[in-house]
Amino acid sequence: MKVTSLIFFTALAMLANGVSAEGIKVGMITTLSGGGAGLGVDVRDGFMLAIAQSGRNDIEVVIEDDQRKPDIAVQLADKMIQSEKVDVMTGIIWSNLAMAVVPFSVAQGKFYLSPNAGPSALAGKGCHKNYFNVAWQNDNLHEAAGSYANSEGYVNSFILAPNYPAGQDALTGYKRMYSGKLAGEILTKLGQKDYAAEIAQIRASGADSVFFFLPGGMGISFLKQYANSGVDIPLMGPAFSFDQGILQAVGDAALGVVNTSQWNKDIDNPTNMAFVKTFQAKFGRLPSLYASQGFDTANLLISALETAHPDDADAFRAALEAAEFDSTRGSFAFGPNHHPIQNIYAREVIKEGDIYTNKIIGIALENHSDVYAPECSF
Amino acid sequence: MSIILIIEQVLNGLQFGVMLFLMAAGLTLIFGVMGLINLAHGSLYMIGAFAAAVIAGLTGSFILAIIAAMAAAAIVGALVEMVVIRKLYGSDHLDQVLATFALILIFSEGTRWAFGSFPLFLDIPNYLSGPVTLPGGIKYPLYRLILIGVGLFVAAGLGILISKTRIGIQIRAGENDREMIAALGVDISKLYTIIFALGAALAGLAGALVGAIQSVQVGMGEPVLILAFVVIVIGGIGSIKGALIGALLVGLTDTLGGIFLPELLKLFMDTSTAQTSGSALASMAIYILMGVVLIWRPTGLFGARA
Amino acid sequence: MIRESYLNALVLFLLLAVPVWATIIDEPFTITLATRAVIFALAAVGLNIALGLGGLVSLGHAVFFGIGGYAMGILAHHAQTYTPVMSLPFLIEGTKSMPVIWLVAMASSGLAAFAIGTLSLRTTGVYFIMITLAFGQMFYFFTISWPTYGGEDGLSVYVRNEFPGLNTLVPIHFFAICFIILCLVLLLNALIAKSPFGLALNAARQMPKRVQAVGLNPNRLKLLAFVISGVIAGLAGALFADLNRFVSPTMFSWQMSGEIMVFVILGGVGRLCGPVVGAVVFVMLEHFLGGLSEYWHVYLGALLLIVVLFARGGLVGLIVGRVDAHD
Repeated sequence: MKVTSLIFFTALAMLANGVSAEGIKVGMITTLSGGGAGLGVDVRDGFMLAIAQSGRNDIEVVIEDDQRKPDIAVQLADKMIQSEKVDVMTGIIWSNLAMAVVPFSVAQGKFYLSPNAGPSALAGKGCHKNYFNVAWQNDNLHEAAGSYANSEGYVNSFILAPNYPAGQDALTGYKRMYSGKLAGEILTKLGQKDYAAEIAQIRASGADSVFFFLPGGMGISFLKQYANSGVDIPLMGPAFSFDQGILQAVGDAALGVVNTSQWNKDIDNPTNMAFVKTFQAKFGRLPSLYASQGFDTANLLISALETAHPDDADAFRAALEAAEFDSTRGSFAFGPNHHPIQNIYAREVIKEGDIYTNKIIGIALENHSDVYAPECSF
Repeated sequence: MSIILIIEQVLNGLQFGVMLFLMAAGLTLIFGVMGLINLAHGSLYMIGAFAAAVIAGLTGSFILAIIAAMAAAAIVGALVEMVVIRKLYGSDHLDQVLATFALILIFSEGTRWAFGSFPLFLDIPNYLSGPVTLPGGIKYPLYRLILIGVGLFVAAGLGILISKTRIGIQIRAGENDREMIAALGVDISKLYTIIFALGAALAGLAGALVGAIQSVQVGMGEPVLILAFVVIVIGGIGSIKGALIGALLVGLTDTLGGIFLPELLKLFMDTSTAQTSGSALASMAIYILMGVVLIWRPTGLFGARA
Repeated sequence: MIRESYLNALVLFLLLAVPVWATIIDEPFTITLATRAVIFALAAVGLNIALGLGGLVSLGHAVFFGIGGYAMGILAHHAQTYTPVMSLPFLIEGTKSMPVIWLVAMASSGLAAFAIGTLSLRTTGVYFIMITLAFGQMFYFFTISWPTYGGEDGLSVYVRNEFPGLNTLVPIHFFAICFIILCLVLLLNALIAKSPFGLALNAARQMPKRVQAVGLNPNRLKLLAFVISGVIAGLAGALFADLNRFVSPTMFSWQMSGEIMVFVILGGVGRLCGPVVGAVVFVMLEHFLGGLSEYWHVYLGALLLIVVLFARGGLVGLIVGRVDAHD
């Protein structure tokens, strides 16, 4: 395994060096301090790992911390465009920050490759020819959960999410695919940490399944309290409450919970195997899906640079659209609105030795795109 | 909506309330005796939770973790009091707000620097997990019942401490007339350090107890801090009794508001609009409660009359 | 030690000179930073009227800042999508004209300041701090869960609004607009401080009983100061939204209120140019320390602590001495 991966990367590096193009500058705005910094750190580490492995020294990456504040992100975008004069931008984790930065940046002729946030506004009417999302459209993982619920024969789901746009979208996404009826629907307070009241309602509702979208610390709290409540209705959710960074803080409470993701560390392809191994060797922790997204984003960029330079915008765009790179997810292609068409898997939380992680148990949605694509025209 | 569900929700509100009380008690004592607004109280809550997570990870003992949480918070509290806070007693509230805001920045980023950005693991021990069946067939998590018990026990203990013991007499005297008790030969700076450490230990206790069912991460203290301020303002600053009543009011309003407001609005509008606006209203409910109380009684329910 | 008026002139001169120099050497981002500092300074000057002159420690000025921002966001959003703001009972169209947006921002934040001030001024001291904080939280949670204008995602405006005769997308033009407004507001502040109203307000802060004895209502004076203060913060909010071409509920967050207060205290409470110095220093720290370390908040915290403990009267007080600090 080690030898093959070595050969593989050397080949990649030779390929990259073979094409001589003038250097490019990438501006990465991501969250490195304050709440939610773990996600930004993973995206950055995954991205920089791919750049280092490519062996290219003509790609300069300027990294800035947005502190998860939209006004700081906008200011940094100004800096990237006005003084750093970058060619390509990337890095933003949160949808609200993406909405603040992306439309303005692409309107100025920059390319933007999103390693995480995929708000519906940028997939539908607000799509742009220079905006590419390498992760997912925000609804995707929720839709997959709805589809998984159907395949398991659930007919009476209880659903909950925080009361903010991404939360409302999550419930909409689930309901779009799910064909049963609802035992209950709750919008919780954003940042809420105590779910005793909601769990009591779930217990009283007679539901046969529970779908929840509670990213970050909210999910940790919910899972621990749910496990402790004695309610044993099966849980489902998108991967955001089950990534590698969070699982260790949840512990046993997460075991057996089914979650949906476009990536997992056991997807069987050489790129992914090599990625998991080198990431773990370099950073001393297992990669999360955010790290895989950062890694794929960088590889997409590198693949496009092999045929064109961003100065030739049309050629570079065509090279990005072709997406000829080896993704950690296996097959990967862009739809007409520059959002991925990909498999979304159902995973189950397991324990490997002392480490909590996920195992793929099936495909929830095959070659899935998003519902906003028809609304998009460049 | 069944009566069992309503009772369960009232218990949830109570449990939330008594945990808020642990935070609010320290704040209100510190303000009452030293006249200090301490925004960094939330950081002590966070330190308690982190200390508990570390000790629980090393020893596997939940009891030791709780003791460590209280000790760590008390020690940090006492140190902060001696190094920084002591210089602020004479200043106006403005300087205190800014200085303790600065302490929040230092503690939060310092903790992140030491422990990284990912949440830590802390869970309740097996012997406390799972539900118990209460009279009437209500299934309720044992741990939450214990939290209610601990909170009420601490409230009673504080009540006795303040009304019956020597240090309690000094505290009450300090609230009434700071200069006088110094003149009477009480070591005022030692008294202040003890009160500050006591408040810090309670915050650390709350952080560890709540951290076990929520998440132990940087920034966990500030939302609780704001709620604790709402509590002491409603109850009347300086009053332990006010803090208890205020905490229970806030706990019940927040919990029951989140459940019943959307249900109530469903009587007037369609389900999804009612859900959205009900939750919006519920998230504002405690602040509305606070506004109403202050407009009705400008120094809170049990505050000293100006 | 130099006189405070010389220092004020020097500060404003430097604040103008740096962006002009940046235009010449083509460093547009420096102008963006300077504009950010000027807008924060404007908000802080607003707070300083309530805080320095009126003694009102408001930890809720983000409310007015946010309302100004949303006034801009909502009007420009409707102009951008060609939909009316409301059609019943009468038609209101969106607009992209800055002066109109400013008027709406000032009127709505003034109205909010009047309502909040009337209720909050029933309390004093810590209770006042806390009730203003509570109003801030109310607005924050409301905007987060209010789907019409984007909720937590906020509202994006793709092109900056228009000002007759200038191209607001050119950084130095937009800077000039903000800078002139700041100077006008500083002038207004100086005039208020010397006016009968300002003197009465000063007296109401220090000894309300005597003011009452001569037949003035101290609470009415304070309310007026609070409203003026809110109007200025609202105007700053509208400009801030235009600088970012974006508004979101974070403009209402209690951290925002805290930061505006930090500008004032860092520079010097009650000093004419204190808030300006505070805002400029803060933006510089944010930029340079933020570039040095991910953990820059630690250094910022330490610096603030030093200012509070050892440099009472803020940076301006440190430079010109405390002679005429509070009479």
